[in-house]
Amino acid sequence: MTETDQLILTANTERADDFYADLLAAHEGLSKDESDALNARLVLVLANHIGKRAILKQALAAAALKTGEDSA
Amino acid sequence: MNKIFEVPLYPYAHHADQDAPAPVRRKVVVIGAGPIGLAAAIDLAQQGTEVVVLDDNDKVSFGSRAICFAKRPLEILDRLGCGQPMVDKGVQWHTGKVFFDDRQVYEFNLLPEKGHKRPAFINLQQYYFEEHLVNRVRELQEQGAPIEIRGRNKVSAIGTHPSHVTLEVDTPEGPYNLEADWLIACDGAGSPTRQMLGLDFVGRVFEDNFLIADVIMEADFPTERWFWFDPPFNKGQSALLHKQPDGVWRIDLQLGWDIDKEREKRPENVIPRLQAMLGEDVKFELEWVSIYTFQCRRMEKFRHGRVIFAGDSAHQVSPFGARGANSGLQDTDNLCWKLKLVMDGKAPESLLDSYDVERIHGADENILNSSRSTDFITPKSEISRVLRDAVLDLSEQYEFARPLVNSGRLSVPCTYDGSPLNSADALNGPERTRPGSPCPDVPLADGFLLDKLGDRFTLLTIDADAPDEIEESGIKVTRLALSIKDDKTLALQERYLGKLESGVYLIRPDQHVAARRPSFDETQFRHAIRRAIGKE
Repeated sequence: MTETDQLILTANTERADDFYADLLAAHEGLSKDESDALNARLVLVLANHIGKRAILKQALAAAALKTGEDSA
Repeated sequence: MNKIFEVPLYPYAHHADQDAPAPVRRKVVVIGAGPIGLAAAIDLAQQGTEVVVLDDNDKVSFGSRAICFAKRPLEILDRLGCGQPMVDKGVQWHTGKVFFDDRQVYEFNLLPEKGHKRPAFINLQQYYFEEHLVNRVRELQEQGAPIEIRGRNKVSAIGTHPSHVTLEVDTPEGPYNLEADWLIACDGAGSPTRQMLGLDFVGRVFEDNFLIADVIMEADFPTERWFWFDPPFNKGQSALLHKQPDGVWRIDLQLGWDIDKEREKRPENVIPRLQAMLGEDVKFELEWVSIYTFQCRRMEKFRHGRVIFAGDSAHQVSPFGARGANSGLQDTDNLCWKLKLVMDGKAPESLLDSYDVERIHGADENILNSSRSTDFITPKSEISRVLRDAVLDLSEQYEFARPLVNSGRLSVPCTYDGSPLNSADALNGPERTRPGSPCPDVPLADGFLLDKLGDRFTLLTIDADAPDEIEESGIKVTRLALSIKDDKTLALQERYLGKLESGVYLIRPDQHVAARRPSFDETQFRHAIRRAIGKE
């Protein structure tokens, strides 16, 4: 596996607090259904940007929180 | 209007076999005169093998049923001598529109790859398809080929033996007994043969009902494929509009599983639905309505001694992606040359086991693809609906989401990767022509490549020397010599050589690649031939 096929699980988000605030703001005023839909669209947009299947598979595994080693 | 499916095409006729004191033994009996049974019979008869088709009916398919025939099956039909009338009659389309809820989300053009004799697919009613096959049977009969169709001959009992199969056949004049060296069961998803032999049909994945309607429209609708997700006129379900020849439009309305079929089929319930779909001012006439139920499943193995299953009797998929009749034709394409070699004593019976390996691979691929389409079209959970709707909403604005929209993936032939008949790839040329692949077509100076392949083993040489013919284990392999110098469109280079300068391909009678090398190596190709007929 090349380095670019490796999911980044160390801190990598620029201005993390700002991003988090943007994420909350995007959901403000939305119903539960609308928020679910927004999240789904966001996942698809981000997944397309990443593109690589190997990374997406690692991301799915990491999000599932099933194993300790994925977040190491 | 002329309803071809109401006229007996192969009416019952008394046959001498019915009067024989002892059951007559035939070489091959095919049960079922549908698209797959007829294709199998034509394939065998063309090779000079005696074949009798038994059908409990005497007419072609009632209603349009299978309507999309993909490129690979059309190529197989060319080999069977009846591709052209199908393509002449069929409708070709390139533009598709996708609707979600009450709006169009996007439009696409298929842009099929150039340099193929046959289009990506055609729309043609199954009854025309079967009629053209029956015409081909009649043509072969005129040429003296050993092929016959016996209408209203219903097989009521089957006995299996190591060397043959016994059949009890009901006719309007009473029953008679018949024997066959080999039996090919092409009697559809509900296969009576499968039931009589008590064989499995496992792996049901999905159940749904579709209202299928053929309408004749006066309106000048464009020749496009329209697919609706969750439309106002069929809430929570899907709908499909497709054009067929003769101004007939095919409409598929998904109904879900828990419905009253008889009620849904009544014109007073069908017509308002169609009116809402087509628009209030569109005038149409209802030609045929049916409710179609499907499952996704296959037999654990397709060959049971001297009984071999092909088409829907062996495997069933959802209709998304047109993988029913299309995969069945690939079954018989795969089977018939092998059966012929075994019957001629040129190949061991075990060659037929490769039919199982290769076509189960194909069936699994089809089941996988059509199940994925089904999951997209009818989400099975709240979150799968949220994700599906997200894809559709995004597809309206962003190109990236459109490949995720799955209203059926176009049926493409599978590559028999890992088949015991393949020799290891010694060329490392283009991926699409690796051993196991169906040969992609190429325009040549005098026609198309696929018209020069098939029905026998061929040694295709591209800028490489080889003998004009080699014989191995009783198999004659003839050379087809091509050169890149004549390759004006560069399709031969791109599809068979890539960056390489020469190549030699061993091609099977079903136009699949068995082996390839950069040059002719007699020892290696003799091994490859033996391997391709199950002798190594």
